[in-house]
Amino acid sequence: MKRLLALFALPCVFATDLALAAEGSARPLNWNAIGMFLVFVLFTLGVTRWAALRTRSASDFYTAGGGMSGLQNGLAIAGDMISAASFLGISAMMFLNGYDGLLYALGVLAGWPIILFLIAERLRNLGKYTFADVVSYRLEQTPVRLTSAFGTLTVALMYLVAQMVGAGKLIELLFGISYLYAVMLVGVLMVFYVTFGGMLATTWVQIIKAVMLLFGTSFMAFMVLRHFGFSTEAMFAGASAVHAKGSAIMAPGGLLSNPIDAISLGLGMMFGTAGLPHILMRFFTVSDAKEARKSVFYATGFIGYFYLLLIVVGFGAIVMVGTDPAFRDASGAIIGGGNMIAVHLAQAVGGNLFLGFISAVAFATILAVVAGLALSGASAVSHDLYACVLRKGQASEQQEMRVSRIATLCIGVLAIVLGLLFESQNIAFLSGLVLAIAASVNFPVLFLSMFWKGLTTRGAVTGSLAGLVSAIVLLVLSPAVWVNVLHHERALFPYSNPALFSMSLAFFSAWLFSVTDTSARAELERGRYLAQFIRSMTGIGASGASKH
Amino acid sequence: MTPQDIEQIRQHPDFVQLVRRKQNLYWSLTLAMLVIYYGFVLLVAFSPSTLGRSLSGGVTTVGMLVGVAIVLLAFALTGFYVYRANNVIDPLNEKLKQECAQ
Repeated sequence: MKRLLALFALPCVFATDLALAAEGSARPLNWNAIGMFLVFVLFTLGVTRWAALRTRSASDFYTAGGGMSGLQNGLAIAGDMISAASFLGISAMMFLNGYDGLLYALGVLAGWPIILFLIAERLRNLGKYTFADVVSYRLEQTPVRLTSAFGTLTVALMYLVAQMVGAGKLIELLFGISYLYAVMLVGVLMVFYVTFGGMLATTWVQIIKAVMLLFGTSFMAFMVLRHFGFSTEAMFAGASAVHAKGSAIMAPGGLLSNPIDAISLGLGMMFGTAGLPHILMRFFTVSDAKEARKSVFYATGFIGYFYLLLIVVGFGAIVMVGTDPAFRDASGAIIGGGNMIAVHLAQAVGGNLFLGFISAVAFATILAVVAGLALSGASAVSHDLYACVLRKGQASEQQEMRVSRIATLCIGVLAIVLGLLFESQNIAFLSGLVLAIAASVNFPVLFLSMFWKGLTTRGAVTGSLAGLVSAIVLLVLSPAVWVNVLHHERALFPYSNPALFSMSLAFFSAWLFSVTDTSARAELERGRYLAQFIRSMTGIGASGASKH
Repeated sequence: MTPQDIEQIRQHPDFVQLVRRKQNLYWSLTLAMLVIYYGFVLLVAFSPSTLGRSLSGGVTTVGMLVGVAIVLLAFALTGFYVYRANNVIDPLNEKLKQECAQ
């Protein structure tokens, strides 16, 4: 399961491989890339200014006033999923192992139809700003929002730190600027987008980047196919002929040979996505359940299309990058490490100018994702903790927005500080933890609150906490941390992904502590399910788009 | 909504039908997607050689076709869901909303 860790560990792989590369040869500033990135930054700052003028109410800030269309939101969701990790990481895995790289791509994609069928419309019908709105719909506000906000902040901060470290290393390598400046730049721009432009700017930055990445990858795939006379058979034949593993790259290579690991990873990827707060938040940016539904349809199409392109990019790179000595250093290793495959391919098919474009897109990708994460963390603080728990719903919109801006600033500062602290730490387990935690803490309780009448406050809180604790403990005991970080002889927990166990435990605890809850409050909560069910099915009473 | 409203909607024949149709739609499609994906995962775990077989004598394998097919199937299932929801579920839902608003 080394390769699995490699994917989860992308930021860390950047951290180690790229740092070595960067130290080995002081790279010159890449002016093409810097120029194109500056254009992107100026343009998105213009968008932020435009969005700032339209961000007046709390609803504008959290959900762009619920005014995004299905297509726009679909592109933004696709943008969240096709991150730097999937673009650079999955193409690198296909380059190294061929078919196994595809297994990850499929795991992420297969979750989206499920999100559409079970989650998307109910979420839109029941919630307003955060997924805690949905979980606490008929339960006790304070304990449920506290645990949900805690889950959101844990996931968002861990994800942010992993992204910051990965971003710093990647930018250092691609642009030739120092790690310190790179992390500061990402942090400052992120805070800028979110505090001034709120969800509207965050979404548009994500849309712009998604279009750029889809365009860039399409161009790369087109050029690769042209190289092989538009025959995928010729491409696969060429790749099999030159790859060290020969035709074995065309079949599964023992990556998921253990069924428990395979299913655990599959569950983690499928339902982890459905528990990521910055993804769930996107369903509140559309006007109604119908647009929410359309947005997943578009998102699934874009994500699927992107992964199909990556097959061409990855296998094409085996021939076009792998056999070109210009992309290898003196010892024969790929310059900059395995994750640079897609970047090298950009140079091979489109020259320096296109290399600059792809580097700029990679930077833009990180920026767009961290902005979404910061906003979801800030909403958990201002909406769930401040407005609902602390002020019991008595805070004015102005106060709530002020708190969310302060929270964004704090999250930005925290992300920069943690990014600098963890610069040379092995944080591979962090990014592995994110999806597993999201699948164990947020998803089971969200799912049960919508589908099971019997869920009570006590069950929801214990379910979340059981998922959180078990996911963290199992990950610490797993090979990724226990052996690789803490240098013990053998892992106490043999599987690399805890999702199967921690998710089951979360579901089980939520069930057990709900059915044994005989309090009067629990009885009331069960009684309120019918009204919630009617609203989730029909949309009667759902919050609509705000009007200006 | 008052308790009377809730009770009225719950017993409304259109609501009963809406719930039945919606649940049939999303549970069957969810099951289909789970079977497709976990069928694939189990195939990878237990019989990788099946996926490694040549598709038609060339280098392209059955597994490659299956991978692409899963991407297309996932998209097709979401498309089918959106189509049914827009054309069958939504009109029923609109009718129910209007009747309850009266």
